[in-house]
Amino acid sequence: MTQTQQQPTLAVVDGTAEPPRQQAREPSPLLRPASLAQNRVPWWTSLVVLAIAAVLGAALSALISFNLALWLVLTAVLYLVISYCVTRVKVNRRQATDKMWANLVYLAFVIALLPLVSVIWSVTSTGIPGLLESGFLASDMQGVDGTTDQRSQEEGEPVLGGIRHALVGSLLITLTATSISVPIGLMTSIYLVEYARGGTLSRAITLFVDVMTGIPSIVAGLFGAAAMAWFLGVGNSLGLPVPTRSTMGITAAIALSVLMIPVVVRTTEEMLRVVPNELREASYALGVRKWRTILKVVIPTAISGIAAGVTLAIARVIGETAPILVTAGFVVSNNWNLFQGWMTALPVYIFRQFQNPTSPNFSDPSHQRAWAAALVLIIIVMGLNLTARLIATIFAPKKTGR
Amino acid sequence: MSKSITAKDLNVYYGDFLAVQEVNINIAPRSVTAFIGPSGCGKTTLLRSLNRMHEVLPGARVEGQLLLDDDNIYGPGVDPVTVRSMVGMVFQRPNPFPTMSIRENVLAGYKLNGSRMSKSQADDIVEDALRGANLWNEVKDRLGKPGSGLSGGQQQRLCIARTVAVKPEVILMDEPCSALDPISTLAIEDLISELQQEYTIAIVTHNMQQAARVSQKTAFFNIAGTGKPGKLIEYADTSTIFNNPSNQQTERYVSGQFG
Amino acid sequence: MTRSGASHPPVKPTDQSGRQEPATNPLTTSDSGGVMGDRVFSGVALLAGAAILVTLSFVAIFLSFNSVGAVYREEEGLILEQFLEYAYPLVVGTLIASLIALVLATPVAVGVALFVSHFAPPRLSKSIGYLIDLLAAIPSVVYGAWGMSFLGPALVPVYGWLHQNLGFIPLFAGAPSQTGRTIFTAGVVLGVMILPIITSVCREIFIQTPKLHEEAALALGATRWEMIMMAVFPFARAGIISGVMLGLGRALGETMAVALVLSPGLLSASLISSGNSTIPAEIALGFPEAPPGSERQAQLIAIGLVLFIITLIVNMTARWIVNRHKEFSGAN
Repeated sequence: MTQTQQQPTLAVVDGTAEPPRQQAREPSPLLRPASLAQNRVPWWTSLVVLAIAAVLGAALSALISFNLALWLVLTAVLYLVISYCVTRVKVNRRQATDKMWANLVYLAFVIALLPLVSVIWSVTSTGIPGLLESGFLASDMQGVDGTTDQRSQEEGEPVLGGIRHALVGSLLITLTATSISVPIGLMTSIYLVEYARGGTLSRAITLFVDVMTGIPSIVAGLFGAAAMAWFLGVGNSLGLPVPTRSTMGITAAIALSVLMIPVVVRTTEEMLRVVPNELREASYALGVRKWRTILKVVIPTAISGIAAGVTLAIARVIGETAPILVTAGFVVSNNWNLFQGWMTALPVYIFRQFQNPTSPNFSDPSHQRAWAAALVLIIIVMGLNLTARLIATIFAPKKTGR
Repeated sequence: MSKSITAKDLNVYYGDFLAVQEVNINIAPRSVTAFIGPSGCGKTTLLRSLNRMHEVLPGARVEGQLLLDDDNIYGPGVDPVTVRSMVGMVFQRPNPFPTMSIRENVLAGYKLNGSRMSKSQADDIVEDALRGANLWNEVKDRLGKPGSGLSGGQQQRLCIARTVAVKPEVILMDEPCSALDPISTLAIEDLISELQQEYTIAIVTHNMQQAARVSQKTAFFNIAGTGKPGKLIEYADTSTIFNNPSNQQTERYVSGQFG
Repeated sequence: MTRSGASHPPVKPTDQSGRQEPATNPLTTSDSGGVMGDRVFSGVALLAGAAILVTLSFVAIFLSFNSVGAVYREEEGLILEQFLEYAYPLVVGTLIASLIALVLATPVAVGVALFVSHFAPPRLSKSIGYLIDLLAAIPSVVYGAWGMSFLGPALVPVYGWLHQNLGFIPLFAGAPSQTGRTIFTAGVVLGVMILPIITSVCREIFIQTPKLHEEAALALGATRWEMIMMAVFPFARAGIISGVMLGLGRALGETMAVALVLSPGLLSASLISSGNSTIPAEIALGFPEAPPGSERQAQLIAIGLVLFIITLIVNMTARWIVNRHKEFSGAN
């Protein structure tokens, strides 16, 4: 210890410490450029590199066999490589690596947008002719069979048939599912936030909600079908006047509720938790009972978030196909009765028109109807999503600003 | 109308943790009593136990007797909701209901309980309460606007108006000025002196000058160390506490030697 | 302030009457209706919570009960082997499709999440987040239609090229599909569908990276990417994994897209020729045709139960990782 302390003293006395200290202060050229401005490439470099990459890409793809996709892919790859090399040469390795990963991140974003644009474009462009067909929204599929479709395809007659029955079915089933799920989901989240004090029951409910969130939609459908068949069996054996077949609208609504309840619980729970505790206490301090506090203070404060969450949940289940397919089946005509007979929903209609065209040999009219129905479905879902955002922003309680 | 509050051997717990130990205090009607002491000494805890807001927190409980005039607040069969309608509370940060207008905020105690009243009755209550809180002139033209649009000091007076509107016997104030600027604080302090003529008031404050300005009696609380329960060290006339305290801890605290 | 209370409606029923009878504690008299309201309301809330427990138990019970027919026949007794023979290719097919989806979606999703959290201009990042969420809003049947009619045909030349040049790898052996309706196409569609799920989980966790860590890295002279490697990724590792697991759970259970895209067939190693199937697609295609109460229906419900269990394990693992992470990081 003493020795190591003495050594530098000696060195200072000897006068040999000066040069090494200066050496240590010299910035390593690896770490730092000589001037502050040297560490940049001009801002137009990226554009030039992109242009070079595009030209090279076009040339290369022309050598193989030109098509748009190949050209774009090659351009992207060349841009990555050239940009890396330029930065590497002009600046340094670390900046080049940084540049490359930044480019990859931008590329990932573009890649993610591709399917979104492609889906919306393809559905819109192929769906519009069918949607413009007169009576598409106002008629059902009754009387539309292979011969009418054959005539449409071969002789250019207007494509008959529409989605009225599917719209009615979707509306009824979704509304019923909503009116089952929202009370249960809302009350459950009230229990979790306002009443449960971290007991076993509340932890069990949270776990089960997690599990329900992950139930595959087809499994929910199977559950709805199996449960309803069992209930009807019990009802029959008791001599109650129940329908004999379990395939009907209400079964689909129950299956959808299984998917919807956890979504509603999750969103409302989150919204109730952000209601400041001070408001609850202010209400209690005025001598207001808990249930009135919840109904008149907590829920009104959170209502915009809850409404937005419910709207998103509706948007999610209205596009579900599988559970309705196995619970409510599909028909060609209108059915307003949830408790009797099969019922078509819009997504199931789309699926059936693709999978089992009305006329297997002349499937164009079926596909046209399916695309138009898909366009309608996307418009509905996007509309609901937009509504949810609007509700959340417009009706949010005013911030305590001054 | 106002009532006295008497605590006898009051112990306040959070679960197993004893937060406030053996408090004996008698708060006279129509007076202002200030609770002072260093942070964490149980002032707010004691205040919240006076109208049973304490037990809103999980695991919180109270032992001993707490009398509102002669009625035990913690007696068997007592409904905490009734207690709270008699013992009102104003909180540290102004907390008007964000979904309600100024008028609705004043009427909140009635509206939330589902009471029905005619419009003229409601108007009387709103005007009385807002005048009582020295807020009427500032807001009479915008009663329909949201309460959260007011300034901090106005919001706090709105909360006081909301509390006096239900005509409590006692008003508890938990550091009502700690989130406010000096001018707003002055307005609230003036208001407290006026309210004192009709209500029993207990106020927790960190500001010793404030305690000296507004209160007739002062209670000094202290803790022996973290994890130890808070205790009532001295309770006397405010002038005595600040000028001639009998306890050495009190003297050191009011003279600014700790805390 | 006047305190003429008489004209005011009674808020406190105890006000006058209680004081005239000093024998009783006026604090105990209260509106019994209000107390009942409290009890009823909390009871209803409890009931709703219990309903969820009951529902989920019913799901498990009904599926198990109805799938007995698939593994037990009166004459032959237990026929577990027969069922496994039926289920095995479907389970493998489901896993293959989901793995393709994961491999494709994860890097893109992490990149997009980084883009939103650390690269995009802060003013735009929220709108960009909505844009990516729109991907999640598109119904699966629409994805199916898109995969079948647009993506599949677009991939046909790719399959041809893969077969020509990489045909010696078993994955690309076999006659390439001429419609593009292969398990690989299905995997791509699934990848697009789970992209927003993984993205949103990663985005949430990236945004939560402690600013202190990031600034510490930047103050050392790190470039943006080095900062991300030093501060963001170590913090977010568990979040990324759980996001991927949640995406896997969704991919496993996705029905319609696969049912429409894939022309189902026997299990085969080739990704580019038609063949293979997944559990959800099998159920969706088979269930409407299965007579109620038949062995075929029991079989479909039984593989539904298998799917339920697989997704349950995947989702629980994801939640477990998230929760374990929560306890350690003190962030939030």
